[in-house]
Amino acid sequence: MIPETGHFALWLAAALAVAQLFGGWHFLRRSEHEAALRLLVPAAAAQGILCLIAFAALIWAFAVSDFSVALVANNSHTAKPELYKLTGAWANHEGSMLLWVCVLAIFGAVAALRVRALGARFRARLIQTMGAIGLGFYAYLLISSNPFARLPNPPAEGAGLNPLLQDPGLAFHPPLLYLGYVGMSVTFAFAVAALIERQVGPLWARTVRPWVLTAWAFLTGGIMLGSFWAYYELGWGGWWFWDPVENASLMPWLAATALFHSVGVLAARDALRNWTILLAVAAFSFSMIGTFIVRSGLLTSVHSFAVDPERGLFLLTLLALYVGGALTLYAVRAGSVTHGAPFRPLSREGALVFNNLILSAILGVVFIGTLYPVVLEALGGGRVSVGPPYYESALMPLMLALLIVMAIGPFLRWRRSQTGAAARRMVPALVTAAIFAAVALAVGIRGVLTILGIAIAAWLGAASVMIVAGKGARRLSAASAGTAIAHLGVAITALGIAISAAGSSERITNLAPGETDRVAGFAVRLDGVEPVAGPNYTSVRGLISVLVDGRVMPLEPERRAFISPMQVTTETDILPLWTGNLYAVIGDNDAEGRWQVRLHWQPMIALIWIGGLIAAAGGLVGALAGGRRRRRERREAAQ
Amino acid sequence: MTAAQTRMKPKTQRLIMIGAAVAALIVAALLAMPALRQGAAYFYAPADLAAAEITPGQAIRLGGLVEEGSVARLPDGITMTFRVTDRLESVPVRYAGLVPDLFREGQGVIADGRMQPDGVFLADTLLAKHDENYMPPEVAEAVERAEAEAKARSAPAG
Repeated sequence: MIPETGHFALWLAAALAVAQLFGGWHFLRRSEHEAALRLLVPAAAAQGILCLIAFAALIWAFAVSDFSVALVANNSHTAKPELYKLTGAWANHEGSMLLWVCVLAIFGAVAALRVRALGARFRARLIQTMGAIGLGFYAYLLISSNPFARLPNPPAEGAGLNPLLQDPGLAFHPPLLYLGYVGMSVTFAFAVAALIERQVGPLWARTVRPWVLTAWAFLTGGIMLGSFWAYYELGWGGWWFWDPVENASLMPWLAATALFHSVGVLAARDALRNWTILLAVAAFSFSMIGTFIVRSGLLTSVHSFAVDPERGLFLLTLLALYVGGALTLYAVRAGSVTHGAPFRPLSREGALVFNNLILSAILGVVFIGTLYPVVLEALGGGRVSVGPPYYESALMPLMLALLIVMAIGPFLRWRRSQTGAAARRMVPALVTAAIFAAVALAVGIRGVLTILGIAIAAWLGAASVMIVAGKGARRLSAASAGTAIAHLGVAITALGIAISAAGSSERITNLAPGETDRVAGFAVRLDGVEPVAGPNYTSVRGLISVLVDGRVMPLEPERRAFISPMQVTTETDILPLWTGNLYAVIGDNDAEGRWQVRLHWQPMIALIWIGGLIAAAGGLVGALAGGRRRRRERREAAQ
Repeated sequence: MTAAQTRMKPKTQRLIMIGAAVAALIVAALLAMPALRQGAAYFYAPADLAAAEITPGQAIRLGGLVEEGSVARLPDGITMTFRVTDRLESVPVRYAGLVPDLFREGQGVIADGRMQPDGVFLADTLLAKHDENYMPPEVAEAVERAEAEAKARSAPAG
């Protein structure tokens, strides 16, 4: 019964989305805004609740291993640890699409209840647009990906879950990523409503800002968590592979990053109206493209677990409908959105425009690289894969330029060009950069680009700290604090990337128990191997000792053989030290009892994820900015 | 600050913005194109490889099935050799490192690397897919094509 309840809740939610879309139309045509809201707001709120009910029903089916539900039978197993039974609910196509829709409905409900500053008519349009987006995805879920489909003859045991997905990372990575991806739908609806109502301006920008920043923070967190998960779970020693699925999450992130910077310009200076709207449309469009790439199996990828071209076609139709619709509306209306104020190039807004241009160029390079194989094959040009060399060589100059703009921008004033004063205020940060470069040279790091990267990252980090120092804690607004924290996070990530790329070393060796090898100056000894029995796997564990500053530390990588499904996975072991990570993977053994061991030394690599999480926190702090002003405006609107 | 700049009209500003956006596009394209020419690795099945002229050292991607009984490890314990086949032709491959979890004889594999002058493919990375029953589409297609060709060849004789 419970799966049917979930299924029914989804149909009800879809019906409410229809009511939202067409009922809204009916009232708004007659300018009955309040009547429209009396229908729309409860409908949106109810949708959120219904989707939660559906999601809870699916979790329940997984928790009790109800194998009469096809999805559970295909993806779960009674011997699976309890946590992975629950997270397994979204470790498959249907379940993850249900999570997607669920997040959409919850964002829709919260937006319907909270977005009041722009008037009843705008609010109604916003809710209507959210309903329109929801409708397409309910249709997708109910018609082609029903998570609650029953089996006529339920099996006694389930097929089990891919062991790579039996990991705590799965509990957080997809939900966080979806909060980011789907959070962009609200911004998209803001843009559509603004185009319909011709309401683009500083008030719009201030109202949309927390939504963009919140979604951006979640997306940043989700990407970073995914990167860390791939780092320890795939066992390749890398943290980013320029895989299509990774690019699918990077593209909306780049668009969203550009978006909240241009929203800042719109809020402060009433400039960049058209551009900001276009970016708001683009951010969610790239989210949908990302969903399409991941869910259609269009591109061969290390991540693609589920592949089904027919579902891909359905998603592509939805994508074309929404993106095409929004862009058509943009083409028709953009001209009538009156232009904002002009500005000077060497001002804060000038730097932000420059930031937007660089981010767009980066987005373009990633987009070209991701879709080039598809286009080339469609044109009959053969199959190609575009790998890290392309992205690294094409993006390096853009990334360095972006970091420099980030370091300079916050020191420039709105409206004015005061280059002299700004340059003087930047001296301490530049000195810091020089010190970092000198230290890097002194410890033996070589390579012009690496030194340049370290110096620029240090410059940005120092400049970000100075945003706070320059204002003093008393006068520091939440917006400036958010900028400072997020920029500092980016600087830390950049530093981690530069240092780990320059200083990493890898050693593949073949050791008999008792033998010693070295990686990056660390003596590493294989003491032996021991068998281990897990809940649903058996495992061989390598017992490795590492000599670190006279102390012996253990490294215990495993090779796990899962029973259902039958699959072997490598479990890396990582020894985090202050200066970097020692990373070990154990491979096959040979007839003489030697074991293959791969060792990595990755200096400062943890900074990459630490910086990313700091940046995400900065985004959340920024999202709180303007709360007092918004509350005052709401009070005034109410009076 | 010159007088011209202070009195910049919105229209001029818009033109500058459009110009800047176009410039960003051009920069992206200029960076992408040469990188793409060097960084894009073409996919070959063993049968394609026999027909194509590949410069040794050029990065390519080789895909097919790991030939049954071909996997051997060299005495160093790390380097392994095997043959990748599409059941029509096969190519010897050498790879130093830990093989992916799903690497197995008779299963699909994709190798990134380059051809050596001696006709051996030196692989930098091996990809075997995460899913037991899944064959990379490139490999499936290559095997299918090779089998169709083999059938077409044997048809006139038989």
